[in-house]
Amino acid sequence: MKILVILRMVPDVIEELEVASDGKSLDSEFLRLIINESDNHALEQALLLKERHGGTVTALALDGPEIDDVLFTALAKGVDRAVKITGVEKGLTTRRVASVLAQSLPAVANVLPADMILTGCQAIDDLDGQVAPLLTQALKLPYLGLVTKVNVNPPAARASVVREFSGGVRGEFDVPMPVVLGIQAAEKPPRYVPVAKVRAVMKSARIEAVAAPGAPQAPAVDIVEMKKPEAAGRAKMIEGSPEDVAAKICDILAERGLL
Amino acid sequence: MADTTTLDQASCEQMTMETLRNFPEGRNIWTCIQCGLCAGTCPYGEHMDYPPRRIIGLLREGMLDEIYKSDSMLYCVACYACKAKCPRGIDLTGILLPLMKEQVLINHPELPAELQKALENMLRYGNPMGESPRKRAAWVKTSPVPVRILSEDPTPTDVLWFVECYTSFYPRGQENCRATAKIFNRLGTDFAILGNEEKCAGECGRLSWETGLFTTLMEYNMQIFAKYKFNRIVTSCTHAYDAFRYRYPVLGFAYELEHTTPYFARHLDKLKPLMTKKLNYKVTYHDSCCLSRHNGYYDGPRTILESLPGVKLVEMTHNHVNSICCGGGGGGMWLDTYYKTKGFERLSERRIKEAIATGADVLAVSCPYEISRFEDALKVVGGDNKMIVRDVAELIAEAIE
Repeated sequence: MKILVILRMVPDVIEELEVASDGKSLDSEFLRLIINESDNHALEQALLLKERHGGTVTALALDGPEIDDVLFTALAKGVDRAVKITGVEKGLTTRRVASVLAQSLPAVANVLPADMILTGCQAIDDLDGQVAPLLTQALKLPYLGLVTKVNVNPPAARASVVREFSGGVRGEFDVPMPVVLGIQAAEKPPRYVPVAKVRAVMKSARIEAVAAPGAPQAPAVDIVEMKKPEAAGRAKMIEGSPEDVAAKICDILAERGLL
Repeated sequence: MADTTTLDQASCEQMTMETLRNFPEGRNIWTCIQCGLCAGTCPYGEHMDYPPRRIIGLLREGMLDEIYKSDSMLYCVACYACKAKCPRGIDLTGILLPLMKEQVLINHPELPAELQKALENMLRYGNPMGESPRKRAAWVKTSPVPVRILSEDPTPTDVLWFVECYTSFYPRGQENCRATAKIFNRLGTDFAILGNEEKCAGECGRLSWETGLFTTLMEYNMQIFAKYKFNRIVTSCTHAYDAFRYRYPVLGFAYELEHTTPYFARHLDKLKPLMTKKLNYKVTYHDSCCLSRHNGYYDGPRTILESLPGVKLVEMTHNHVNSICCGGGGGGMWLDTYYKTKGFERLSERRIKEAIATGADVLAVSCPYEISRFEDALKVVGGDNKMIVRDVAELIAEAIE
C-alpha cells in the first residue's frame, strides 16, 4: 500500500481574525496557522491503514509558516516521508491550492501513482470541500468525500468506504484503487505523539523540499471583498442579581412555551 | 537529589531493565522492602491495578508490559505522599513515577482526550487551557496598581514575578494576580512580569508523562529569562516553583527563587501594620503538595493567616505532611472526566468535605490549581453556601485597606 496524505494549514481561530488593509485577505500580523482538523484525521486514517496492511505513507504540504513542525510531527507519528512544496505564494484560494497540488505532485519522486490519496473532506477556509474533488479531477481518479471508515483489500486493489450523508444516513461504497478520499473523521481520534519523539525526529529525519513547477495559473475565482460579520443587535442582555436573572430567564422561556 | 540529566537523556528510549539500572533511582528500587506504605498513603492507591509498591515489584521482575497496559499511572497525581512516607527514601514522585509515565506514553500512546488536549495546548499556546498567548497579560488592565511588563520596559527589576497560567487566564485565578500586585505595591517591591512572553513552566507536563514537552518549555523560558536583568524570581504557582527549583538547574537556572506565600511571610513585619481590616473569618489551610510536602514549607502560610486581624485558624484532620492532594497535580487537573467515568470520588471532593467538617468559613490555599478545584468541589458536594476558597494572597490583600 502506497498512501499519500495531503495536509493543509488553516487560520487558527484561537486568535481573533482581522481583515487586512487590502480588504480581501486576512491580516497576517497575529495570524497563526494550524493543521486543518480533518487533514489530521486523514493522517490518522493513513497511519491506521499502514498499521493494518503495511506499506508507506507520505505526508505532503505546501510550504508556509509552522509547516515544518506539522511535518516533523507527522514523521514522529509514523509517516515514512515528508515533502513540502516550496515557492508557493501566500493566501491561495481553494482552486489555486488544488491546481498547485495537481501541478506539483508529478514533480515529486515516487509519490504517484499512489494506491490511495487521503486528505480532509473540508477546511474552515474550504467549507464546500472543493480542494480534494478539484485535485481528483486533475489527476483523473475517483473521489469520495465525507468518509468515516476505510477498509482495504490490497490484493484486489479495492477499498470499501463508508461515507456520511445528512440525517444520519450512511452509504458503503466499493471503490477501485487508486482513489482519492476526503476524510471527515478517522476511525479513532488523532493519536498523541510525545514531544520527545518529535524532537528526536527533528534531529534525525529530513523534510524533502520540492519546488512548485511552472508558472501559476490565473485564478478562475477571485476574492472581491472580505468582511467581518455585521452584528445584528438582537441579543438582549439580562441584568440584575443571579436570582433576578434566573427568574427573568424562566419567564422568557415560559412565555415562549419552552418550559 | 538525583542526577536529573540522566533521566532526561533517557527520554524516548525504550526502557529495559538495563537502562533502568543506569538511573540512580532505577538502582534504588532494588532497595525497596515492599512495605507498602506508598500504596497505603497513595490517595488513589485503592483504585490502581498497580499502586507504587506493585509498580516497583513489576519493575524488579522485568514485567514492564504489565505497567504499560494498565491505566494505573493515570491515577498518579504527583502529590509526593508516597515519597514522603518511603522509609528507603526512594524518590517515587520526582523520578520513578514520571519515568514510568513517560514510558507508558511511548509504548502505549493512548491518552484520555482531555489530557491530550491540555498537553497539545501547552506546546502550542504555552498554557494548558488553549487560550491565546497574546491575552496572557490581559488581566493587567484590571489590576488596582500599575504592573510593569518587561517587554515594554526592560529596565532591571528586583522581583521578576512569574505569574503562570491559572493565575493569568482563569477568571477566578486572576483575583490572585490583582491581590499579589496590590501587596507588592504596598510593600514597595520593585516588580515586573514577562507578560505575553511568559509560557507555562511545564512542571505538570513533566509529571504528566511529557518530558519532551517540558524540555521545550524549559528551553523557551530560560531564553526569555536571559533577556532581562532581575534579582529574583517570585512565582504565584507552586508547580512552577518546583520546576524552577528541581528541574531548570539542568539548563543552568541559578536565580534566587521564591513562591509568593513564603515571600509575603518573609515580609510579614512590613505587612502587619498594613493589614488593618478585621476579616472575622474562621480559616482552615490546605497544604499544597508542592510547597508543603515536597519542600517542607508548612509554617509560613499559617503564620500569615494567624496575623490577619479577626482570623481564627483551625486544622483539618489531615494536615501538614499528611495533607490530602486536591487531585490536580501530575496531569490530574485534566483527568477529572476520566476519574468520573471510572466512578470514583475526585480528590478535591474528598478534601473539601474535610475542610467543611472543620466548621471554617474560608479554605485558604497557596496553589493556583486549588481555587478552581475546590470551588468546583464545593458546588459538587453542595457546600458553596458554607465556605469560600481564597488564596493566602487574596486574604492579605483583603485585610489591607
